[in-house]
Formats: sequence, structure tokens, C-alpha cells
Amino acid sequence: MDRLEARQGLLSSLPMTVLMVLIFVAPLVVIAVFSIMPQRVFTFAHSPTFEAYRVFVEQGYWRSLAWSLAMAALATAILFLVCYPLAHAMTRVFGRFSLVIVIAIVLTLIVSENIRLYGWVLTLMKGGLIGGYVQSWTGIVLEGWTYNTPIIVFGLVYVYLPFMLFPLLQGLAMIPEEVRQAASDLGASRWRILWEIDLPLAMPGIVVGCLLTFVLAAGAIAESKLLGGRAVIVIADEIERAFTYGQNWPLGSALSVSLIAIIGALAFVALSRIDLDGIMGRR
Amino acid sequence: MSSKVVLRLDSVSKRFGNFTAIDGIDLDIREGEFLTIVGPSGSGKTTMIRLLVGMDEPTEGRIYLHDEVINHVPANRRPTCMVFQSLALFPHRTVGQNIEFPLKIKGVPPADRQARALELLDLLRLPRNYYGKRVTQCSGGERQRVALARALAFDPQILFFDEPLSALDYRLRKELQKELKELHRRTGRTFVYITHSLEEAMVMSDRIAIMRAGRIAQVGTAAEIYAAPRSRFVAEFMGEVNLFRVEGDGNGGFRGVDLPITVANGSLGLAEGERALLMVRPESVRFLAAGQHADCTMTGQLRETFELGSRIHYDVLVGDRSITVEKLRDDQLAGNGGSELRLGFDLASTHLLADDLEG
Repeated sequence: MDRLEARQGLLSSLPMTVLMVLIFVAPLVVIAVFSIMPQRVFTFAHSPTFEAYRVFVEQGYWRSLAWSLAMAALATAILFLVCYPLAHAMTRVFGRFSLVIVIAIVLTLIVSENIRLYGWVLTLMKGGLIGGYVQSWTGIVLEGWTYNTPIIVFGLVYVYLPFMLFPLLQGLAMIPEEVRQAASDLGASRWRILWEIDLPLAMPGIVVGCLLTFVLAAGAIAESKLLGGRAVIVIADEIERAFTYGQNWPLGSALSVSLIAIIGALAFVALSRIDLDGIMGRR
Repeated sequence: MSSKVVLRLDSVSKRFGNFTAIDGIDLDIREGEFLTIVGPSGSGKTTMIRLLVGMDEPTEGRIYLHDEVINHVPANRRPTCMVFQSLALFPHRTVGQNIEFPLKIKGVPPADRQARALELLDLLRLPRNYYGKRVTQCSGGERQRVALARALAFDPQILFFDEPLSALDYRLRKELQKELKELHRRTGRTFVYITHSLEEAMVMSDRIAIMRAGRIAQVGTAAEIYAAPRSRFVAEFMGEVNLFRVEGDGNGGFRGVDLPITVANGSLGLAEGERALLMVRPESVRFLAAGQHADCTMTGQLRETFELGSRIHYDVLVGDRSITVEKLRDDQLAGNGGSELRLGFDLASTHLLADDLEG
């Protein structure tokens, strides 16, 4: 009986397993293998070499990776500081008004990311929506705010806000109100409650939110291209160019593998520390 | 027990919009007593405890702690503490960390905290090796004790309880009621307990305050309230009761209004035509054999017998009213139902209530 059930489990997971192997594992293997091929080849029929990784280090591609990770980290930190108080207010203060905020944020997701970013470009660029009005009313010519590094971080914060906010909401909603009241009754100030009760109990939501935004922001490309005007070349941009203009698949693969390795290690460490079942409400 | 007042409510009211949850309550809580506030659901118990603990502020009136008005002092700055109905233990912390929480907030050094936590584990008869156990791994009764230990670690001037036993099964509840009473005696602290269960109130408390519709119907010891309830509501809330409507007959005596009661002797001090409710507890009604006498007698037929374990309730039909008679099993009625029975009671074991139907 047990064996039959075990086999049924295996069988019913077969379609998904096949799909995952084909669309997820296979490309990763191809990329990994290409990353140890000599420069500018298009087949696997060569002896392995770490040439591409040498280029990655020596020709400064690592700087793009560092920029991507740094901007992703900064955007994640800003998002946490913005979203935590918002999520707190939405779970404990706003009441029904929270739903309005949720709907408003979800609605923005309906419009494609690139279109929303072009909207910001038109708003913020020199002679754009803001600059143009200011010029026609006052005659003052403003320089515009696009095409620099801070605006890229702004773009990341703007685009990935839902990915931080919703896990935080979930995490905060899991904290029983009576537990907070009990802490207060036992003498804890608001800050002590935040530190001793809210943050530890919302930690699964915090970890998921931070991980999600960091991973997405580290691989982001549109913000730097559209808003930043390539003030900084991000790693995803380098990868794209190595595969297209550069016609150097092994280099692109090596860049990809480096990014995947770092993010994968981070995700592994973060997720091993939290209880995902708890977040999904299965316990 | 000293009769010094720790906490005093002075005509305290709490309104939510048009709804009055607490309606002008005066109440003294005395130092070292075990006071239970008991009432049916919707009587304002929960609002009451939220005001007492400091989670809500009264709309009107004053709350004094000793001689200081504490209306606006929030819960975290009051020297009182509550055990929640849900217990509200910190699920991410161990038993020890839960107990030490109030000490940590007060800035007690870790070594002292641990020593105190172990003492409290002993006091509540939890094994010392529970110190490092997760609260989520504890059973219901153990969690109850952890919550108590945490509250005691706070060293509160008054310890409030919001029905913490209601979620437990009957036997465990009985056991913990006894423990709580014993804990009260051993610690000598002021306990204020809120419950809907009269039984719980009677078992544990020094004094009981009965709440109804946002007011306190009566305060006193269980025996006082049982013997001399101030209203029909309290009389009926405190257990089964027979109520006879009587009126003065103008000759110093009285007669039954809707029941034929033969009054052999005694007076209730009613003027002619003045009506009142005469309360007789079921255990005060006797079955009279031929030749036996009582102040008041009546006759009826046995309708039903209810077995209650050590006691038996007899439902006797007198006129069109049913009268409840309670006997200990050893003292049970011999013979069968259907035949005419004589019932009697003495005025010494009765209590007179105002005749208002609403109580």
C-alpha cells in the first residue's frame, strides 16, 4: 500500500519533473558548460578552460557585477525601510483603507515595467513633464534628473516595491495582536515590542521580501538602460551584450554563472533559516 | 487579609459610540484578595478588564491605584499585569525567555533573571529542564503555568486573569483552579479574575462581583451573595431557586399571590397588599411526613426526578408551578411519584426580594 502510494507520488510529479528538467535544469547545464569553453566558440567540442572567468576578472566585468549587487542591496534596504512602516500601518492602523492601497499597487503591475519606466523618463528628463512645465511657467531651465546612478536605484525601488510590501504584509499579519498586547502589559515600550516581538515574528516575511527584491534587482536591466542611460553598466546588460553584439557565448555564460552562484548561495542561506511552511499557513 | 484598597473604580463608564459597555461602576479591589468578576457574555467583563489593565481608557469616571488616578496611564507603565485568555506566550522564545521577558525589560542582569525564572518554575511545579524548552512544545496545562510564571516575574501589584482556563478540558480546569487558589495563598498577591463560569468564581474567590449589562449587580463573598442576593437576577444567576410571589395580608402575616401557601407562623413585615418575592433555595425545601411541621407548607405532585450524582432534584408540581427540591442522595425521597406530597420550608432559610420581574 505504502509502496503504491509512493509510486503514485512519483508518477503524478512526472510531468512537472520533466518540464523542470527541460526548461530549468537543461539551460543551466548548457550555460555552465559553455562557461568553461574557450572564447568565442559556439559548440561544446573543445577542451574545457577557465579562460572566460579570467576575462571576467581581468577585463573588469566584475565591476558590473559589484555595481548590480550594490545597487540591489541599497534598493532592498530602502525598500525595507519604506515598506515596513507601511505594512505595519496597513495591518494595524488603516483598517479597510489597506485594501485600497493593495488594489492600487496591484493595478500598477498590469502595465508593463518598461512602459512605466518610460513614464518616469518622460516625467523626469530635461524638458520633460516637470522640467517643461517649470520652464513654461517660470522660464527657469532645469537640468532633469535622469541618466545617473541614484535614478537607477530609484527605478529599482519603484519597480520592486510590491515584491517587498506583500511578503512583509503577510509576515506582519501572522503576529497575534494579543502577543503584542501582552508584551506591552509586561512593560515593553513600542520600540521594545518592535525589536522583541514584531521583527522576530515577522522574520519569515522579511526574509522572503528582502530576498525577492534583492534577487530581482540584481538581475534588473531596464532601470539602468532606460532611466539611468547606462550611467552604470549592470551585469545583466553585460550578459546580454556578450551573447548578442559580443558574440561571445562563453563569456556571457561565465558572467551568468557568477551571478547565479552568488544569488543562489544567498537564497540558500536565507531560506534555510526560515520556516516556509509557516508563511504558507500550513502550520 | 488587610482591607486596604489597591484599586478603586469611581463611577467609571465606557462608551463605544452609542453603546454603553460599562455603566457607572464603583468597585474597590482590596489588597491581597482574590476577586472574581463574573457575568454572562455581553455583560461588559472584557471591557472591564481592558480598563483595569490599561488597554482602554474610561469615557467617564476615575480609576485610582492606591491614591493616584491612572485613567491615562497605558498598560506598559502600570504596575499590574494580565494573563490573557489566549495566554499570549511568545512563540519564538523558550519557556525561560518567556518568563524572563519582564525582567529583561526592567534591565535585570542575565544571571539574576535566570535564577528568578528557575525559582518560578519551581513555584509553578514545572521541571527545571523546561527552561530551555520551546513554548510551542508545551502542553496546554504547561503553557498555562508558563504564562502565570511570566506574569509573576513581572512582580505585579495586581494580577489580572481574563478567563485563562476556558479553553482547557474539564479535569485540567478543575486541577488548575485549585492550583491557582493555592498560588494565591502562597504568594499573597491581589488576584482579579474574570470569568463567565460561576462555579469557577465560587471555587477560587474571596469575593465575587456579579456583572450584568455593564453594571455590577452585587459584590460580596460567595456565601453572602448566595444567601442574600440583592436582585432576582443575582438570585437566579447564583444557582437554582424557587421564587414565590407573596403579599401582606394586613394582619402582620402574608399569603401567596399565585400559589396556595399555608403559613403556620411568621411575618415578613409586609404591609397589606405590599408584594415581594420570597426566595427559597431548593435545598431548603423539605418533604414533610404526616405530623411534621414547617413555617410554610404546600401540597403538590412529584413530576420528575433528576439524578445529579451526589444530589437529586425533584420537580414538584404545586398548582401550575413547578417547585424544585434538592436532596442529598443519602436523604432521598422514599416512595413513588404521583401521590400527594407535602412540602415545607422555614422562613429563617428564605430571603425576600423586591417584586420586579426584570430583576
